[in-house]
Amino acid sequence: MKVGIVGMPNAGKSTLFNLLAGLDRPSGGRILLDGRPAENLLGEIGYMPQADLLMPWRTVLDNTALGLQLNGVRRREARERARSEFPRFGLAGFEDVWPSQISGGMRQRAALLRTFLAGREVMLLDEPFGALDALTRQEMQQWLLEIWQQDRKTILFVTHDVEEALFLSDRVYVMSGRPGRVELCVDVEIERPREIGRTTLDPRFADLKLELIEPLRRASAEASR
Amino acid sequence: MSNGRSRFNLDSRAARILAPAIFAIIVLAVWQLYTVVSDVPESSLPSPTEIAKAGWEQRQLLLDNTWVTVEEILIGFAAAIVLGVVLAMLIRSSRTIERALYPWLVVSQMVPIPAVAPIFVIWTGFDLRPKIMVIALVAFFPIAVNTIDGLRAADPQLLRLMRTLKASRWQRFRYAQLPASLPFLFSGLKVAAALSVIGAVFAEWVGASEGLGYLILVLNNATETATMFATIFLLAMIGIALFGLVLLLERLLLPWYHDARKEPADDGVAEPADDAVEIGARL
Repeated sequence: MKVGIVGMPNAGKSTLFNLLAGLDRPSGGRILLDGRPAENLLGEIGYMPQADLLMPWRTVLDNTALGLQLNGVRRREARERARSEFPRFGLAGFEDVWPSQISGGMRQRAALLRTFLAGREVMLLDEPFGALDALTRQEMQQWLLEIWQQDRKTILFVTHDVEEALFLSDRVYVMSGRPGRVELCVDVEIERPREIGRTTLDPRFADLKLELIEPLRRASAEASR
Repeated sequence: MSNGRSRFNLDSRAARILAPAIFAIIVLAVWQLYTVVSDVPESSLPSPTEIAKAGWEQRQLLLDNTWVTVEEILIGFAAAIVLGVVLAMLIRSSRTIERALYPWLVVSQMVPIPAVAPIFVIWTGFDLRPKIMVIALVAFFPIAVNTIDGLRAADPQLLRLMRTLKASRWQRFRYAQLPASLPFLFSGLKVAAALSVIGAVFAEWVGASEGLGYLILVLNNATETATMFATIFLLAMIGIALFGLVLLLERLLLPWYHDARKEPADDGVAEPADDAVEIGARL
């Protein structure tokens, strides 16, 4: 299941993610994981923040193997497991270079591989493609769908881009601030595999887009008043 | 395009060595000329050739004393590194320790070193120990201060990410805070390298019977000015060599830091395909 979360800046998207990742404690209420209340989520959920946060002192391969290594997998084995995923993540041939030597899109894929390899069933992606230019961004969206097609993990994806949310998700929540609340929940019943162009020009896609943009616009008008 | 660029870099690399060399030659020539045309006595300002000649004639004396000073500096510098790094880690380990120690760290640098050096001599005598203490005292400070900053330099976001990867406090230190601090440590080491030569000279002035600093005092009394200049030159060479050693270690231990500051064209990495697409899109 892929869930998109769209919202204005300051709508509480990042707060939500920090709660889900276990970095912050909720001041009230509960978080349910697989229907059970989760006491301590820290380390239970894969988390990929906006910045790639690759360590400049580790090679790309060692960066992607970090999560495995931190969880007690031996360096050698961690590296082997990471290496075997490099072709699928479009990183083959760049195992032994420094992160500063690869492009922004590749850095994001490396950061995503690091999150994937940590092996959590639920992954939070916080605007992972926000810093990329439009074309690379589209390539990355398409690529992410293909990866997900193979792994089928639950992904929570925060974005301020309605089109990105619809294209990637099975369900989209629209959030508005402040206080952060869910304005709208939409199921995206457009079949897979999806493709930039064919899917995004589908009339159903356009209808959903309109449906999502309206509450966002309202929230924006409220915020500026 | 990349060819033209690397040739430019080659030129600038040559220029980096050539420009200061030419400058030095000009300065030496003017100096030589001045001592010839003016009637300044050799005891006030010897000419570069006189200095070189005196240095060569006294080479055994100079060399013997050079080893003494080099030994002091190497041990003192090592002591400064240990002291600086241990203090930095202590200070970063807890707020309370930081509050208690940091002001005294600064105060230690307000103490005039030449004034306390005699006390070290009283405590320990004329052997190697007071020299090591003085050198460590002047050189640990930049190491400690830079390392303290360095241990704060790890991106807080990265530390949060590591917590979601179940990293323990030790792992966060070992994998993030420690490597992030190393470029800062090396900045401190470069300053400390220069300071430790000064420290050695101070220490020898206060109480020594050998070493280049001590030699300067003796030559000064004997108005052997040319040999004195040669001694000063040797002291400068020791400082430069120590600085160069730090630079070399930095390149060996922090290849990522060095590579990241290079021009991307220098890295020998093939341009990734999606980069080409990105550039195409921008055009």
